[in-house]
Amino acid sequence: MSITVTRRNIMQLAGLAGATYMSGLFPTFGKAAAAEYDDFHFVQFSDTHWGYAGPANPDSAHTLEKAIATVNALAEQPDFIVFTGDLTHTTDDAKERRARLARFREIVSALRVKTVRFMPGEHDASLDQGAAYREFFGDSYYSFDHKGVHFIALDNVSDPHGAIGEAQLAWLAADLGQRKPEERIVVFTHRPLFDLAPDWDWATKDGARAIELLMPFRKVAVFYGHIHQEHHHMTGHIAHHAAKSLIFPLPAPGSQPRKLPLPWNPEHGGAGLGTRDVGIGLKSAAIEMVEHPVQEG
Amino acid sequence: MSIRVIRAGTLAGAAGLLAAFAAGNLFAVASSPAEPVIRITARRFEYIPPSITLKKGQPVTLELTAEDTTHGFKVSELGIRADAIPGKVTVLHVTPDKAGKFYFACDVFCGAEHDYMSGEIAVTE
Repeated sequence: MSITVTRRNIMQLAGLAGATYMSGLFPTFGKAAAAEYDDFHFVQFSDTHWGYAGPANPDSAHTLEKAIATVNALAEQPDFIVFTGDLTHTTDDAKERRARLARFREIVSALRVKTVRFMPGEHDASLDQGAAYREFFGDSYYSFDHKGVHFIALDNVSDPHGAIGEAQLAWLAADLGQRKPEERIVVFTHRPLFDLAPDWDWATKDGARAIELLMPFRKVAVFYGHIHQEHHHMTGHIAHHAAKSLIFPLPAPGSQPRKLPLPWNPEHGGAGLGTRDVGIGLKSAAIEMVEHPVQEG
Repeated sequence: MSIRVIRAGTLAGAAGLLAAFAAGNLFAVASSPAEPVIRITARRFEYIPPSITLKKGQPVTLELTAEDTTHGFKVSELGIRADAIPGKVTVLHVTPDKAGKFYFACDVFCGAEHDYMSGEIAVTE
């Protein structure tokens, strides 16, 4: 089921268990937030892993296109779309890596929304420190402003150790140094910035230093991927939201010794996959999330 | 307690103490030259051997190296992590003081099967 969020149906959506996550992210949420939800929204795609072929997703050649069709069908198109990494599935062959990045870019050009932000995941960037990724999509970390919200994309994958690194942390400190504590900040990363499950590599080596830099800001949310499932966590007042993937779901953090993909369900192909619609109320500073499943079959 | 990690081009030339890692309460520093040595070789996407058995209270030296590219050796539960680097040997002096099974894994992204590159330390009484 795909859900379109409008000012008219937002209260109805709030009653759909599993379809809507209402975030306590910003202090005023739940008061005046709902009516302002559609002030603007963006859609997060994550972990598309273009090029993967395996039993965890026999429909891998079509899943991304289905997700694009779902988002293209939204009655109210998002202001922009962000891909939070692992655009492609890794390969040791540098030529094949570029072929996958090229094909991925060609497929996502079918999105109706033309403002699309990209970020690398470790599958795109860790084997060549982001060289091929940057050829196709430019800088691996950057910031931009949209309707009063400051967005920051961090690269915690080009270093195969899964670190942000001194140079980027210095850049982040300088970027944040231009902001006021009351400004709203949304951060995009691939890996979680906090230690979600270090044994599964679900962490960022120096993520705590990025969080420390963000702590003075009162309205901060982090949207990330990597873990192939919806997950919500708070570090102090900072909210961290993981998105589903578009290739295969993974088990709950630390729930078993090895993080093997959850098996494909032939009765419900595409179960556990999807994209996320993120709405931001401009006056209330609320954030609300709606998950868009992938069409089955 | 801590683990001493020494990275050197050869064992004979192991002269630099490059890092020390907290290790919870499982391992203590040990430096006896007579302690047994276990070499662990990392390569995509496995450790050789994939499992090792240690004895509680018995000091041991772990020598890490890699065949193809840099891999990680991380036992998060114990606070241990080190790189396994081609052409070099990373030396860990450890003394287990708790029995049990502990998983180690690669935390340096190394390719398509990286997520499944893991092994096990069994510590017996």
